[in-house]
Amino acid sequence: MSTKTSQSIYQQFQERVGLGQIGLYLALGGLLAFYLLPIQSGLVTSIKTSEALIATQPFAPPGPDGVTLEKWEFAFSTLSHGLVNSLLFTIPATILCAILGSLAAYGLTLVKWRGQVFVFVLFIAGIFIPYQAVVVPLTQLWSQYITLEAWFGLVLTARSATLIELIITHTAYGIPICTLLFRAQYKTMSWEMIEAAKLDGASTWKIYKRIVLPLSIPMFAVVFIFQFTQIWNEFLFSLTLIGSVSDPAASATLILSGLGEALEGTDYPLRMAGAFITALPTLVVYLLFADKFAKGVQV
Amino acid sequence: MKDIFSYLYKVYKKRQVRTDGGVTEETAVNNSWRQLPIVQSFPFWGPPFILMGFFVYAAVTWNFALSLTEFSGFGDPDYSNLGLQNYATMIQDPTFWQATWHTVILLVVFTVACLIIGLALAILLDREIRYGNTFRTIYLLPFALSFIVTAQFWRWMYNVNDGIVNQFVGLVGLGPYNWLGDPRLVLGSVIFALVWQFSGYTMIIYLAALRSIPRDQYEAARIDGANTLRMYRRVIIPQLKPAMVSASVVLMLFALKAFDFLYAVFDGYRPRQGADILATMMMREGFNNSEWAYSSTIAITLFVLSLGVIAPYLYTEYKRGNL
Repeated sequence: MSTKTSQSIYQQFQERVGLGQIGLYLALGGLLAFYLLPIQSGLVTSIKTSEALIATQPFAPPGPDGVTLEKWEFAFSTLSHGLVNSLLFTIPATILCAILGSLAAYGLTLVKWRGQVFVFVLFIAGIFIPYQAVVVPLTQLWSQYITLEAWFGLVLTARSATLIELIITHTAYGIPICTLLFRAQYKTMSWEMIEAAKLDGASTWKIYKRIVLPLSIPMFAVVFIFQFTQIWNEFLFSLTLIGSVSDPAASATLILSGLGEALEGTDYPLRMAGAFITALPTLVVYLLFADKFAKGVQV
Repeated sequence: MKDIFSYLYKVYKKRQVRTDGGVTEETAVNNSWRQLPIVQSFPFWGPPFILMGFFVYAAVTWNFALSLTEFSGFGDPDYSNLGLQNYATMIQDPTFWQATWHTVILLVVFTVACLIIGLALAILLDREIRYGNTFRTIYLLPFALSFIVTAQFWRWMYNVNDGIVNQFVGLVGLGPYNWLGDPRLVLGSVIFALVWQFSGYTMIIYLAALRSIPRDQYEAARIDGANTLRMYRRVIIPQLKPAMVSASVVLMLFALKAFDFLYAVFDGYRPRQGADILATMMMREGFNNSEWAYSSTIAITLFVLSLGVIAPYLYTEYKRGNL
């Protein structure tokens, strides 16, 4: 009796799910493990004591007596001012390049003029520029020619001067991708509505403020999410413009790159804890707004 | 002061009247350039363009000028005596050719691997799947992380004694290998980690393209009796070509500038022997050795290589009217 029912359940199951389905979910699950394994291993390692690190497998959680939050505490105390600095330049730069990108996309899409495409191509090519090709002049620029600290020494500390340099730099290099993202949306916008507004005598600026801007709010969300993670994760400008890990303006990624270097050998649990603390803001933003991030990637 | 304002206001008023009322010849000329779309739109795209243009195009030009100097060490570059000597040094430098060779391997293997794995992921996910969005989110997760963060994870993964990778190969009786120390393995190890981080990106690009293919094409292929493999090869994959091209452009350009990951994985400007690419060599010559002019020379090489990737792409996009 019981075997009969279980058999029929199995048959039903097979009919409904099918062997192909099982294979599909196995493949998807295996891939899930592949993508999560380095992260998972990092997470369990970050809470291990040095004894547990030796005693347990790298992917296995430690036993109850092998757990310590010491590494997290030390990593946080080392990284905390870096996290503040990163936020201080990431947020303004994100907002600025979103606004400028939206304005540029509007000027290059909804107001038609000849030669538009050429200017747009110059914007697009700016997305793909290898930063290596500008980084030497950039350090020259900020150390020899535009010396904010010397000019505004009365109101700016060395730290805030460096942060402003980073804001301007990140804004400038973020504009191209933001322009591309906004333009992709503006190209699909209803042309008639804007023509109608024009006939009613609305100025170019008014059309932007009253029609285009409200309609671009979803795209602003995409750009904020995407640019925030991009600028937060960035390393090359931090390394070259800030210069040293001990600088008061050092960003989170810069401090992480040298975390625990003075200690003997690499302290893996400390490194893992530091990696998670540094990644936390982007991780939260990504997991909350994964769809928007994916949209930002797609264009 | 007040006079100026009242004058400006009058002029403004007049202009408003003029646009509504009769137009004299003078104002027609006056208005015509004001009404030009390029002038009207300049306040919008102009300021971002100037800021971006200065930091991108002026900086690249400046970099080229620097590559013609003898600038090194402390002090200021001397722009009075320019020459191509750094380029001559570069093409005789064995380190440069080695770095170029590694860059080429990285670029080709990394791009191809990401395209294939991304395609497989996209095809798996392009159907009715429970928790399909969760799978997609997790496959793309590494791409949202900083290279400095993922480099920490992979240092641990590749650890000689305790790393998971060595445990895996140990299961089939191989190893342990020094993945990041052995010159024969190191570039492959780096590529593997980067593919882990980027394949989710290619998946997203393919997925968007797959979802834009009308469903009835799948049905039609089925009715014609094509099996799944054949259907994908003959009907679906050819339609993914534009997505493949734009993804490869992004991947190749990334491969040219990949520096962060290598810096973090090797704790500095000098990657282990066998993993030095142009991007790391450029940064080392400048920011470690203070050979600024030589560093700029390699930077210009990287720029030209990137241009070689991006220019044909933008040109065909322009020809197709996609810009």
